[in-house]
Amino acid sequence: MTQIKMTVDGVSYVDEVEPRLLLVHYLRDVLGKTGTPIGCDTSNCGACTVLMDGVSVKSCSVLAVQADGSEITTIEGLANGEWHPLQKAFNAEHALQCGFCTPGMILASADLLRDNPNPTEEQVREGLEGNLCRCTGYENIVRAVRRAAQAGAGQ
Amino acid sequence: MTATAQSPTAELGRARARKEDARLVTGRTTWTDNLVLPGMLHMAFVRSPYAHARISSVDVSAAKALPGVVAAFSGADFADEQGSLPCAWPVTPDIVIPPHPPMATDEVRYVGEAVAVVVARDRYTAADAVASVDVSYEPLEPVLDMRTALDEGSPKVHEAGNKSYEWVFANGDLDAAFADAPVIIEREFRQQRLIPCAMEPRAVVSSWVGDELTLWSATQIPHVLRFAIAAFFGIPEQNIRVIAPDVGGGFGSKLQVTAEEVLAVLVSRRLGRPVKWTESRSEGNMTVHHGRDQWQRIRLAADSDGRIRGLSVDLLADMGAYLMLVTPGVPLLGAFMFPAIYKMDAYSFKCTGIFTTKMPTDAYRGAGRPEATFAIERMMDELAAELGIDPLEARERNWIKHEEFPYTTICGLTYDSGNYEAATARAKELFGYDELKAEQAERNSRGDPIRLGIGISTFTEMCGLAPSRVLGSLAYGAGGWEHASIRMLPTGKVEVVTGSSAHGQGHETAWSQIVADQLGVPFEDIRVLHGDTQISPKGMDTYGSRSLAVGGLALVGACDKVIMKGKAIAAHMMEASANDIEFTGGRFQVRGDPEQGRSIQEVALATFAAHDLPEGVEPSLDSDSTYDPDNFSFPHGTHLCATEVDTETGMVTIRSYVAVDDVGKVVNPLIVEGQVHGGIAQGIAQALYEEAVYDEAGNLLTTTLADYLVPSAADLPSYVTDRTESPAANRLGVKGVGEAGTIASTPAVVNAIVDALRPLGISDITMPCTPERVWRAIEAARGGSANGGGAA
Repeated sequence: MTQIKMTVDGVSYVDEVEPRLLLVHYLRDVLGKTGTPIGCDTSNCGACTVLMDGVSVKSCSVLAVQADGSEITTIEGLANGEWHPLQKAFNAEHALQCGFCTPGMILASADLLRDNPNPTEEQVREGLEGNLCRCTGYENIVRAVRRAAQAGAGQ
Repeated sequence: MTATAQSPTAELGRARARKEDARLVTGRTTWTDNLVLPGMLHMAFVRSPYAHARISSVDVSAAKALPGVVAAFSGADFADEQGSLPCAWPVTPDIVIPPHPPMATDEVRYVGEAVAVVVARDRYTAADAVASVDVSYEPLEPVLDMRTALDEGSPKVHEAGNKSYEWVFANGDLDAAFADAPVIIEREFRQQRLIPCAMEPRAVVSSWVGDELTLWSATQIPHVLRFAIAAFFGIPEQNIRVIAPDVGGGFGSKLQVTAEEVLAVLVSRRLGRPVKWTESRSEGNMTVHHGRDQWQRIRLAADSDGRIRGLSVDLLADMGAYLMLVTPGVPLLGAFMFPAIYKMDAYSFKCTGIFTTKMPTDAYRGAGRPEATFAIERMMDELAAELGIDPLEARERNWIKHEEFPYTTICGLTYDSGNYEAATARAKELFGYDELKAEQAERNSRGDPIRLGIGISTFTEMCGLAPSRVLGSLAYGAGGWEHASIRMLPTGKVEVVTGSSAHGQGHETAWSQIVADQLGVPFEDIRVLHGDTQISPKGMDTYGSRSLAVGGLALVGACDKVIMKGKAIAAHMMEASANDIEFTGGRFQVRGDPEQGRSIQEVALATFAAHDLPEGVEPSLDSDSTYDPDNFSFPHGTHLCATEVDTETGMVTIRSYVAVDDVGKVVNPLIVEGQVHGGIAQGIAQALYEEAVYDEAGNLLTTTLADYLVPSAADLPSYVTDRTESPAANRLGVKGVGEAGTIASTPAVVNAIVDALRPLGISDITMPCTPERVWRAIEAARGGSANGGGAA
């Protein structure tokens, strides 16, 4: 067992974990933060995307011990009093149906907008290549990300 | 015909953002895998690495001895309890339905079939323990090609052989239609095997308290599942509660009674502790039922002017190793759709269901209808090519004209409404059809290495499953009605209980809109409840684009009864006769005296108090309704796709995609458009990217999302969508929309690719049209040595 310290959605934690424990299982099973779902086991789908020190990572591909000392933001910690512009835009543009990919899609989009605050449609599509959605056909996700960009999500 | 004119329309047609999004965009979800119960254990399955083998022995003792492992069981340990997974659609009297134990006991018939289960304190320990279960197999010959499975000498999947059933339908004199036909076209098409890939993997939690079972499952069908567990596994129905909490997509894949659900129930009962199981994606790709997988031999006879005389369809359908819930019925849902929107003199259909040593197939978005639509829409392009006419012209010469509705097809279906001319005209305009045709001719004439292709799909489908009487005549094991109830709360707020079970469709929003209009209450005052058999005790669940066309109408019926009850009480409150009360905009008024009135909220409160109700009237406005329509729903539309095909690399790029759909009246255009987008994407995925591939030993090679190519945003185009509106013959004027895009788009894309390459002498490409397949087809047409991209 290894001791790790982590701040998740503004709360600090210290835990003893198995070195093989995945970050996503640490979030879900140890901290009970089930807002981050698991959609695959080969880091293809991106549903489990979180921000680690502000950068998007697939939390199924990070060991909890690798995240030692870092600051994690999950979908549960994104709203700050009111919904984040991406959360608002996803709702307004109907960018989710079943919603299972949505946490990862929103956090990957947050990182995308941080790099490029005003992306073209093409840049949004390329930027979200690592996140799969089976419901929406992506049309409204692209619209939502660009709407959030207009609202200053990447500023 | 419709009564929509009398319905209030404040909410209907309004693009409301969804209510359900609040929990989904903030991570406050209740996916089954999120659930933790006191004392809960985790299951993991030992699965067959062989496509076909006899099980010599299963030894779970080493696994049991591991720290943290609570129990381990083989199939034999449940032999007396586990029974057989149900098949609810015995399509013919002599169909072969082999036993299908949830855990194999003597023989395994596909890679991934469960042979043992371990139960441990946490998911990691359970996964570790799987490796310690020792199973000995005697490998047997796999059966992997349905085309040779019926040959003499083929190894047998089951003792009874490899044929499950043969189902036929015919109408009209086919021999006469073909006898002296000036044009006869014969083609063979492959519908590749697909994996549904809902984003949420399956998950189940089972908990017993005394003799009461609660089962949480990522299912589309909580009500059907409850019935099945009661009817087939001997658990009294009144003791079973099934909960489908937030469910992350289904597309048919969660329309199933699975081995894992049944075993979770049995294992938790035996251990007296709750158990959870959540599949990995790799496990799911192997063991969630697959879709499609047909060979289609199609013959079409036409006059020299292109008028269709007859159509003959001969299908081989791969059932996989067993018949699951509706496995054998899926091709039948297509049987009536090959003639599509076209008139003809004769039609015959034959389907042979064949066993192979692969994962069973079952419903996947469209279920039978995408297969049929692909074949007929490809044939219409082939007919046009044969005659040298525009493919739209070939369709127009044969389709049902809008003034001919209602129209009874050669299959005996009566299409209630439609306007193929209007949808096509709108699609052509949005697409720039004539301009693209001109560009194509110009590029062809200069031998552009990047060819432009134009693909057409003028589709219809039958959905909204229902009607019970028709499903019964097809030997389906259940009805097709839907249930709804309305609870008027004392404060005037409303609880709507629906038997449909949404898993992404947005019922909480759309149902609120329907009820808001019917009862004249604010959208915000309505809460929609679903997906729990204790809260919603009656239902037939969500699949086959049925929720609105059936369940939506049940809502209207329940609202009618609330209003009827309210009229009696309001009349009493106003000292008027109930016959003189009219209900409009949420108010009960005395006819001719609009000054006198009571709001529905006032009546609800008075009913709750019950201090002064009319003689014999119960103190309740609550009402329910069960609706069973007398016909299917027939959405239609025209989809046009332009592709650029690089003849040097085989790469296909979709340049533009236009979809004009006619789904009748629309409750929420935002939701409808979303359904169309997602449907188109899944159809494009079949055309270009996805295929479940087994190797020659029967191993599934596409177990991950790195191998099974669910497209990303970068792989798909933007869609231009619009609608025409031919109201259906029901009180809301609505049709289904969930499967339309998937049914329409696959042939539009493939027709576009073939259209681009037809000048090179190519008349078919087998799906998925990967760059390699397209390139090989081009090379073969040029006389090169590469194998053709056709039937491979």
